[in-house]
Amino acid sequence: MSIAIERPLRTEEGPNAASQNGMNRYAIEVGAMNVFYGDFCAVRDVSMQAPTNKITAIIGPSGCGKSTVLRCFNRMNDLISSVRIEGKVLFQGQNIYDVSVDPVEVRRRIGMVFQKPNPFPKTIYENVAWGTRINGFKGDMDELVERALRAAALWDEVKDKLQQSALGLSGGQQQRLCIARAIAVEPEIILMDEPASALDPIATLRIEDLMKELSEQYTIIVVTHNMQQAARVSDYTAFFNVDDNRTGYLIEFDDTEKIFTNPSQKSTEDYITGRFG
Amino acid sequence: MAGAGQGDTTVPGGGPPLDLRRKPRLAETIIQGFLFLCGAISILTTLGIVLVLGRESLLFFANEEVDLLKFFGGTEWQPAIGRFGIWPLVTATFMASLIAMAVALPMGLCIAIYLSEYAGHRARSILKPILEVLAGIPTVVYGYFALTFMTPLLRVIFGRDLVEIYNTASAGIVIGILVIPLVSSMSEDALSAVPNSLRQASYGLGATRLETAVRIVVPAALSGVAAAFIVAISRAIGETMIVAIAAGAGPNFTFSPFRAAETMTGHIVRISGGDLSYDSIDYNSIFAIGLLLFLITLSLNILSQWIVRRFREEYE
Repeated sequence: MSIAIERPLRTEEGPNAASQNGMNRYAIEVGAMNVFYGDFCAVRDVSMQAPTNKITAIIGPSGCGKSTVLRCFNRMNDLISSVRIEGKVLFQGQNIYDVSVDPVEVRRRIGMVFQKPNPFPKTIYENVAWGTRINGFKGDMDELVERALRAAALWDEVKDKLQQSALGLSGGQQQRLCIARAIAVEPEIILMDEPASALDPIATLRIEDLMKELSEQYTIIVVTHNMQQAARVSDYTAFFNVDDNRTGYLIEFDDTEKIFTNPSQKSTEDYITGRFG
Repeated sequence: MAGAGQGDTTVPGGGPPLDLRRKPRLAETIIQGFLFLCGAISILTTLGIVLVLGRESLLFFANEEVDLLKFFGGTEWQPAIGRFGIWPLVTATFMASLIAMAVALPMGLCIAIYLSEYAGHRARSILKPILEVLAGIPTVVYGYFALTFMTPLLRVIFGRDLVEIYNTASAGIVIGILVIPLVSSMSEDALSAVPNSLRQASYGLGATRLETAVRIVVPAALSGVAAAFIVAISRAIGETMIVAIAAGAGPNFTFSPFRAAETMTGHIVRISGGDLSYDSIDYNSIFAIGLLLFLITLSLNILSQWIVRRFREEYE
């Protein structure tokens, strides 16, 4: 049912981490993945590949399992005891659902930014430093915090109040702080679950610009209900739909440009043009 | 949408004229008065207690045998020969409470962390009722548990020569067990109130369960946990039955937890249990002790409220 179109990366891109290290072309490869909540099949038969150092958007109507799928990529669903996952999710050639794999190690390399900004009730500095500290970072913490905050385009706004509570920041600043926090541990992939849905339009644009900058170094997979956002920021788009049993499934995965101009499936076109969803 | 509950608003341009006048609502007034009375009774009771304690204490301090300096400076409490130094009672009280806290705080917090962060539905459904049962045992039972189980145990561990039959350590440990449910349930409420989004953020950074629990959830719930601790301390200081049975019957100025000593509460029960004549200085002295006890627990409660306000984290 699902269609996964494998296509080569565009080669006009400059040297990036993938080509330098001879890494996989795909940061995440999903093969025939089913997700169950108890007996209920939430998502079925997903096969797709998210190319390295690109932005892949996941779009679809409410309840199609976009967020569920995203959370499968770093085993966040493990925290819900009733969830069962079949199929495989390959990260650098390893199935992250293999019994020998430690989910803590997976999440350390595949970071996550959530729908609602969720900074820790600690100082701005400590929010960024915390993740690396628990992972045993021993280097120059000040430098690392500055680098992460600069990468998240937040440094200039907070450099004079690093020791103040992160909860005093605006929503958009908090979300960029959460992004800084995620990139401070230097993951290879950043998953973003509707990262701008709780923000105003200006803050949203800043996050989108940031995503484009970050995609030079990181693979980003973003769930969004905002089709314009998917069209603006992403290189690839996966379109999910939901069937009569409320089970989500992948309709189509392709270049974002193709999805938005010339989708191969009728339901994609209907969704894109606003006929449902 | 205006006046949806009133039922007598009218469509403009038709029907009877709009009536917005105040209407008497008798049931509302009665219930409001009743609720106010309930609140007032608790305040009046507190005031009454303060009044009685204050009056009798004043009589005590007005007595020529007593002076404030000796009361707060003396280390001997022998009403029979006119020695009224409060310290033997205070040290015993604080010793028993400190020992109780040394037991209750770590245990209570560990139980709370387990219940809130680790336990599945099954474990929780078994453990919580057991804790509630623990909280429901009469303190007199705890008292004899201290005397007939904990004391012999301490005497086996530390030696019969060191540990007296009546001692504050035994009473303190058992008070600690008594307040564990209080600490664990209040702390668990505080931990459970920490939004899940913080836990997810922590896991998303590659933190383990323990790191998330100890370094994110507990600090975020710190104000509630601290408040639980202080309420528990107040409870331990005020605990009477256990110390009356197991800690000793006679004021004794000592810092050894293995010797007999009498706490403020223990002394009050013992004195007032006998043939105490009204208007004697002994009689008045127990009110002075009671007043001091009341002031100590009151200031602890005020401190706990201040801590909750001062360190409360707003997540939104």
